[in-house]
Amino acid sequence: MNDNKYQTNFELTQVINEPYKYGFSTNIESEKFPPGINEEIVTLITEIKNEPSFLREFRLRSYRKWEKMSFPTWANLIIKNLSFNDITYYSTPKQKKQLNSLEEVDPEILKTFEKLGISLDEQKKLSNVAVDAVFDSVSIATTYKEKLAKAGVIFCSISDAVLFYPNLIKKFLGTVVSSGDNFFAALNSAVFSDGSFCYIPQNVVCPMELSTYFRLNDKESGQFERTLIIVEKNGFVNYLEGCTAPQYSENQLHAAIVELIAFENAQIKYSTVQNWYSGNQDGIGGIYNFVTKRGLAIGKNSKISWTQIETGSAITWKYPSCLLVGPKSIGEFYSVALTNNYQQADTGTKMIHLGTKTRSKIISKGISCGNSKNSYRGLVKIGSNASYARNFSQCDSFLLGSSSLACTYPYLESWNSNSIIEHEAKISKVSEEQLFYLMQRGINLEQAIGLLISGFCKDVLTMLPLEFAMEADKLLSLKLEGTVG
Amino acid sequence: MNKKILSVKNLKASIDQIDIIKNLNLEVNENEIHIIMGPNGSGKSTFSKILVGHPSYTIQEGSIEFNEQNLIEMSPEVRSHNGLFLAFQYPVEIAGVSNYDFLRIAYNEKQKFLNQPEINPLEFMALIENLLNKLKIKPEFLQRNLNEGFSGGEKKRNEILQMLLLNPKLIILDELDSGLDIDAIKIICEGILKNKQSTSSLIVITHYPKILEYLKPTYIHIMKEGKIIKTGDLSLVTLLEKEGYKAFE
Repeated sequence: MNDNKYQTNFELTQVINEPYKYGFSTNIESEKFPPGINEEIVTLITEIKNEPSFLREFRLRSYRKWEKMSFPTWANLIIKNLSFNDITYYSTPKQKKQLNSLEEVDPEILKTFEKLGISLDEQKKLSNVAVDAVFDSVSIATTYKEKLAKAGVIFCSISDAVLFYPNLIKKFLGTVVSSGDNFFAALNSAVFSDGSFCYIPQNVVCPMELSTYFRLNDKESGQFERTLIIVEKNGFVNYLEGCTAPQYSENQLHAAIVELIAFENAQIKYSTVQNWYSGNQDGIGGIYNFVTKRGLAIGKNSKISWTQIETGSAITWKYPSCLLVGPKSIGEFYSVALTNNYQQADTGTKMIHLGTKTRSKIISKGISCGNSKNSYRGLVKIGSNASYARNFSQCDSFLLGSSSLACTYPYLESWNSNSIIEHEAKISKVSEEQLFYLMQRGINLEQAIGLLISGFCKDVLTMLPLEFAMEADKLLSLKLEGTVG
Repeated sequence: MNKKILSVKNLKASIDQIDIIKNLNLEVNENEIHIIMGPNGSGKSTFSKILVGHPSYTIQEGSIEFNEQNLIEMSPEVRSHNGLFLAFQYPVEIAGVSNYDFLRIAYNEKQKFLNQPEINPLEFMALIENLLNKLKIKPEFLQRNLNEGFSGGEKKRNEILQMLLLNPKLIILDELDSGLDIDAIKIICEGILKNKQSTSSLIVITHYPKILEYLKPTYIHIMKEGKIIKTGDLSLVTLLEKEGYKAFE
């Protein structure tokens, strides 16, 4: 008689394996280039977008650098089938003319965003969040533009920024992540199609949260978006990024760059909830997510804070970093990475302390289920001039089931003897006794796992803005009633 | 005679193919207090875990009825909703989950099961504060993570708080007295007796007769090698204190 025995592993898997809810694709006509990459394609992109010559040169320079670079193999990832000549580098929903209002957007695309829970209709939006929606390679709509303009905030697609604020783009683009920084950064710099741009002038606290929502729809397209956020002295912005993609059995490439620049006393909070399609239970399909994110804390007391909830993608390769240049500047990295089935994640951060009395904090929570592989890779480097710099890192891993893998690769380098680096790490397995305790109190298995996971991630989830924390909950496919917020 | 709530017949159970419970029989009626005593390794704690559906144990033979329902068929959370409560000997610690959230979720799950409306955080606060007062627990207790860093006494008190909240029909106390000082045992036992439903019953597993001064047992059972070998009244305890478990061989 085995009736009273709940089969932990099997049920755990079921709970974690909630089907991907965003896997539908939208049937719209798109205009795209033939697959493959060469100087001609790069030139075509720059021409179709009417870009100024400095950007054309930037792209071509990047392309030439990329051609000479090789695919990075140092990460703890097994990557196959990545042929850069099978990818389409530019795809845009077909539209007849320049859009002036939301009514002119293809209703199918609007419906897609509605389905994803992102309403681009300002009347319908309850929350005080401005959204820039990016569909395949192109920004579809940016909401609340006028309200933001009144405060002096520029928030638009990067293509618009290139046309309307070329001086800002020329001055800042590629200053944090140089075009030859790494293989994927070089590729992105050559072919990036759109993304978001945000500029907060001096002494302005952005009156609302800003958000970009990325949707990859087309089957063979890569998405190469680029985000640039500049916050001048004493400014503040809270920025959110979300991503989903349809379910295809082919792997799609996503190689993005995010650059943040915070001047004196300025503060940028950048949060991501990444839920790209992660492939099916056998590891077929899913997004290859290779992202370079970096923030430059250049002024005195400037502060950059990264929060990420990584739940999707077949492969995640991502190290949101901070260059702490200004004295007393602060860098923070809060991360939850959940992997399941055959997902692979190699993610972490780099905190480079260059200024005196700079501080950084890293809280990383990895959850591995199924046959997945979840690695934390982080560098803390304290330069010779960074006297009295201080870092604290905490990297915890949580294993569900017995076939998953968790690894931690901390790199610590200090060139200054007056500085302090602290590192804590812990690996735990979901305990049957904990689950049973909760179940004896009437909480079912699914909720019990949810509680344990939300408890494990609490330090990170509390860093998210409330609405995003809610979305993160849903994303972790767990009912976390009452434990977050 | 009071209504029967628990009936265990010819129970045989094992863990990892090792037989622990060998032909155990027990009947509990409403408003009774049953004490189970026995040497280490006699299967007392195992029996309590089997009653609440711990997944590590396999039941080979026998039946368990709880309020005329087949208990063996029920999942652990359904047993809980039906009114079975185990105060654990070693309550586990759960990081990052506040005691308050945990208690409210547990309470609302039971409400859902009973087709009662779930209650909101404010209503719940009023409810739980009343219980805290009864057990002389400070409200800060709620904001701490579930059992994390609690002293032995605080953990046990938290068990009883959960018990009062869920208002069970059958309460199993697995060595409630271990790790508690005399004053704490007294407060907790009084708290249980004063606040439990008048019809609910207790199964108390203990090594120490001290606790019997505060609980008025209906029966004393002596358990050995996986079965109950003797049932009687308080006189069994006197015999036990004088001669040890040898007296029952």
